[in-house]
Amino acid sequence: MEHQILLSRIHFAFTIMFHYIFPQLTMGLALLIVVLKTRAVLRDDERYHQSARFWARIFAVNFVMGVVTGIPMEFQFGTNWASFSQLTGGIIGHPVSMEGVFSFFLESAFLGLFLYGEKRLSKWGHWATAVAVFAGTWLSGYFIVMADAWMQHPVAYVRLADGSFAPSSFWGVILNPWGLLQYMHTMSGAVITASFVMTGLGAFYLLSHKHDEHARIFVRIGVVAGLVASMFQVFPSGDEHGRYLAHHQPVTAAAMEGLFQTKKGAPMVLIGQPNPENETIQNPLAFKGMLSFLVYGTFSAEVDGLDAFPKDQWPDNIPLVFFSYHIMVGLGTIFVAVMIVCAYLLWRRKLFEHRWPLWALLLCVPFPYIANMAGWVTAEAGRQPWIIYGLMRTSQGFSRMVSTGDTWFTLLGFMGLYGLLSILFLFLVQEIINEGPGFHDEGGKIGSVSYPEQGA
Amino acid sequence: MTTAWFILVAFMLTAYVVLDGFDIGAGVLHIVIARTDEERRTVLQAIGPVWDGNEVWLIAAGGTIFLAFPLLYASSFSGFYLPLMVLLWLLVGRGISIEFRAHLQSVIWTNFFDGVFSFSSGLLAIFYGAAFANVIRGVPLNSDHYFFEPLWTDFRVGPNPGILDWYTCLGALLALVSLSMHGALFLNLKTEGKLQSRARGMAIALWVAVVLFTIVETASTLLLRPELQTNYLHHPAWFMIPIIVVSGLILVIYFLAKNRDAAALCASGAFLAAMVVGAAVGLYPTVLPASGNPQYSLTIYDAAASPESLRLGLYWWFPGIAIAITYFVFVYRMFRGKASESVSAENQRAPI
Repeated sequence: MEHQILLSRIHFAFTIMFHYIFPQLTMGLALLIVVLKTRAVLRDDERYHQSARFWARIFAVNFVMGVVTGIPMEFQFGTNWASFSQLTGGIIGHPVSMEGVFSFFLESAFLGLFLYGEKRLSKWGHWATAVAVFAGTWLSGYFIVMADAWMQHPVAYVRLADGSFAPSSFWGVILNPWGLLQYMHTMSGAVITASFVMTGLGAFYLLSHKHDEHARIFVRIGVVAGLVASMFQVFPSGDEHGRYLAHHQPVTAAAMEGLFQTKKGAPMVLIGQPNPENETIQNPLAFKGMLSFLVYGTFSAEVDGLDAFPKDQWPDNIPLVFFSYHIMVGLGTIFVAVMIVCAYLLWRRKLFEHRWPLWALLLCVPFPYIANMAGWVTAEAGRQPWIIYGLMRTSQGFSRMVSTGDTWFTLLGFMGLYGLLSILFLFLVQEIINEGPGFHDEGGKIGSVSYPEQGA
Repeated sequence: MTTAWFILVAFMLTAYVVLDGFDIGAGVLHIVIARTDEERRTVLQAIGPVWDGNEVWLIAAGGTIFLAFPLLYASSFSGFYLPLMVLLWLLVGRGISIEFRAHLQSVIWTNFFDGVFSFSSGLLAIFYGAAFANVIRGVPLNSDHYFFEPLWTDFRVGPNPGILDWYTCLGALLALVSLSMHGALFLNLKTEGKLQSRARGMAIALWVAVVLFTIVETASTLLLRPELQTNYLHHPAWFMIPIIVVSGLILVIYFLAKNRDAAALCASGAFLAAMVVGAAVGLYPTVLPASGNPQYSLTIYDAAASPESLRLGLYWWFPGIAIAITYFVFVYRMFRGKASESVSAENQRAPI
């Protein structure tokens, strides 16, 4: 049974992490496309129109990857976590099905119009479809974060005689305070990914002396958005979320910080390797009192370490929680630094004169993906051993009728299929990047499939 | 209220079958009747702006089952584990092939995705038919209302059936031919020239097969599960559903003969809808019959979430679906008319 629980967790972790490569870009990119589109329409500037069309292509490819890898997630609660689903459907079912009804319909309807309908719509009409796609992706993020937030921080529920959960207040579930903090953090993380991808590609073009004009637009917009989002991500978003977590999941916070012993003036460990066997941090590089300050605002406050909690409530993989958290925070700090330097150079009109900041932007592209993933691993591995924090253990949630052989079969199947998808996806994105903005849209013909004109 | 949610879920699944049905059907026929690259692009253009939205009905229905009938969601999704996972892989392959094909002008690339598109569409139709037939035939539920069904056992309809037996295979073939006919009628409406005449010929040929399979399937259902007639006999008004099935089929061929292509597509939609609704009426209030002990059958009352949850859900479901239907009307109006074959060179690699 232990094996089956672990396998089911890996199954979910693998499919959701592969899935999340795509939405984190599309959610952020949807916003940046609206920015491009707005400037294009306001200034009637063809370069911005071409940029918007180019990013729409990247968006479309990522979006479909997000859709097809997202459908399995909608079903996996039932397939692999049946016992969990049976008890929580009455609550989590609300945000999960609202996502379908309120955002997937919206996205799918307007993405078609946005990609196919530029010629049949007025300028502002087409702009409105971009805004609708943006709204759809951000709503979708909201609902699914709210579903997860209830597992992290169950609120507004009653427990019925059969053990299942029912909502005591609809708005309580939909406006879960944990979820609001998590949502801001998630969305701002998505904007960081999209900004770094946009600047990174702009830097790539500038360094290879291609599409200079478009590339400068990409870098300018990406740097401004990236600066705002990466600063917001640390403060107030990350700070608030971290503090809320420290109060409501103190044992998770202790694992994230690698704080085994309860201490006054608790240190913040920058680097080190937690050793769960003898409950120490090896090779620590630490700031004394810093953790107490971050959580309670004074350097001498006492912070609960893992030893303040029974061991059966400790996250079952402390090093994973510790490292994923530190990777997220470390990278987040680097993003702020990179964006401040680039924004300064942009302001002084020196960004495009040097090659080194462009190289830095180019090399940064993978890291927001890693930081976003690491953040989710921190949240979800940190929630363990609970599937619903404090109420239901993960070991009680899996599908009892599904054997390890079946789970292996489908896990390997997903790995093979997603491996193939990755190759096709990278190949296609590389082709789109090679073609570059304005490749086949003289006169704004892209996105206008040849339906007869009477349609609009 | 539990019944209300049963109706809502049935409505969503019906909408899914009718709407995604035509693009799945178009996918099945894609490599058969669209022969040149231009024709294939036309097929993809015809479904391009709408397939994703059509598929959302499935996702939304899945979410709604999770919300309203958590035990049904948990039991059926884990019990149908293997076929459901394969179905998900097919949906992945299909979505990718529709969207990726147009981005590159390489014969290998486009042919590969044409093949994936048709293959996955065909298998999807087969899986849906088999799944549907499994629900009608019943599954080996235990006293907790859970089960796990292997892909096949001895291909016989007994107390320990597999996903595939002769009855569900029959359902699979019925789904394949009826969705293909639906797709052919859609292409007949949306295309011109040779492609249209091939779609038309295909629709007529498939119509014959649909009629045959519908008769055989209905007869064997009544033989295997006579209890499905109970609701009909108690409330004879429901007999209008089989009447819609029959008249839908007749009208398909009548409207085709009159060249009223849109009406023919609607008639086939009515036929599909009536088939799904007819099964739902027959099953009610059971949602998952047991193939062994009938006491283990899962009814809407066993499976439903708390009344509070169901009540809250109604508040947002109706406005949400009303908005969604508005989108659909808007999008379908926007892209009405023929999807033309004369694609200019610049547009060959337009997004999607």
